[in-house]
Amino acid sequence: MDLAIDVIDENKKTIVKLSGEIDAYTAPQLKEKLLQLTKIEEHKTIVDLENVGYMDSTGLGIFISALKSTKENNSSIRLVNLQDRVLRVFQITGLDEIFTIHTAIRGGNE
Amino acid sequence: MENFDFIEMKVPAKAEYVGIVRLSISGIASRIGFTYEDIEDLKVAVSEAITNAVDHAYHEDDDGEVSVGYGVYEDRLEIMVADHGGSFDLNEVKGGIGPYQGSESVEDLREGGFGLFLIEALMDRVEINNNDGVVVLMTKYLHETEVGLDDDQISTTQ
Repeated sequence: MDLAIDVIDENKKTIVKLSGEIDAYTAPQLKEKLLQLTKIEEHKTIVDLENVGYMDSTGLGIFISALKSTKENNSSIRLVNLQDRVLRVFQITGLDEIFTIHTAIRGGNE
Repeated sequence: MENFDFIEMKVPAKAEYVGIVRLSISGIASRIGFTYEDIEDLKVAVSEAITNAVDHAYHEDDDGEVSVGYGVYEDRLEIMVADHGGSFDLNEVKGGIGPYQGSESVEDLREGGFGLFLIEALMDRVEINNNDGVVVLMTKYLHETEVGLDDDQISTTQ
């Protein structure tokens, strides 16, 4: 019931690999990390959710605040490799429409 | 009187216990025979209810407890989540829920308020009581075919 956050920095781009569960307990550390990155002007943040098996509305709240921060700082955030269950939470709430989401686990060069 | 088993647990109103309750619901729901998808829905719904109670206790500066009760029936699972905190403006909370509407700009998006909406979307029946603290009572049926007549979906899910 923990969340591991691995950060891979590349030039002007950061891949945040998450493993575990995103809930009220694990959310604060994730929020802190993401906002740190989205505050950097023109920085690209890619969040890899392949190993996240559980997420609830606390996670949605965090991604929303990160997205807002990207608008203020001219940066971007993209969510990739979502498991069906996690994607479903975005779909039920209609938020899949405002995020850039890629669900394919493997494929493409993105 | 319908027979049922009742399971109750009390946890401190702290975020680190949300996952513990999630493990319990997962075990109970799988014992009853819910499908994998239904168990995942139950985990989210219960976590949302507990998270609300934990947030509430936090704002009230209250080291309270959250009670969770599971009524295990032949055809359904009833879950009650109660926080014994002070008052709570239900209308305010209900007014702030709902899915994202395409017309809202990202800047205006709210960061909370999706919890109750998710509970209502994932459970078959939800009641919220606000007399002495907040009590969320939610029900999920084992087979969709056994949902009441007013339900417009007919499913043959086994």
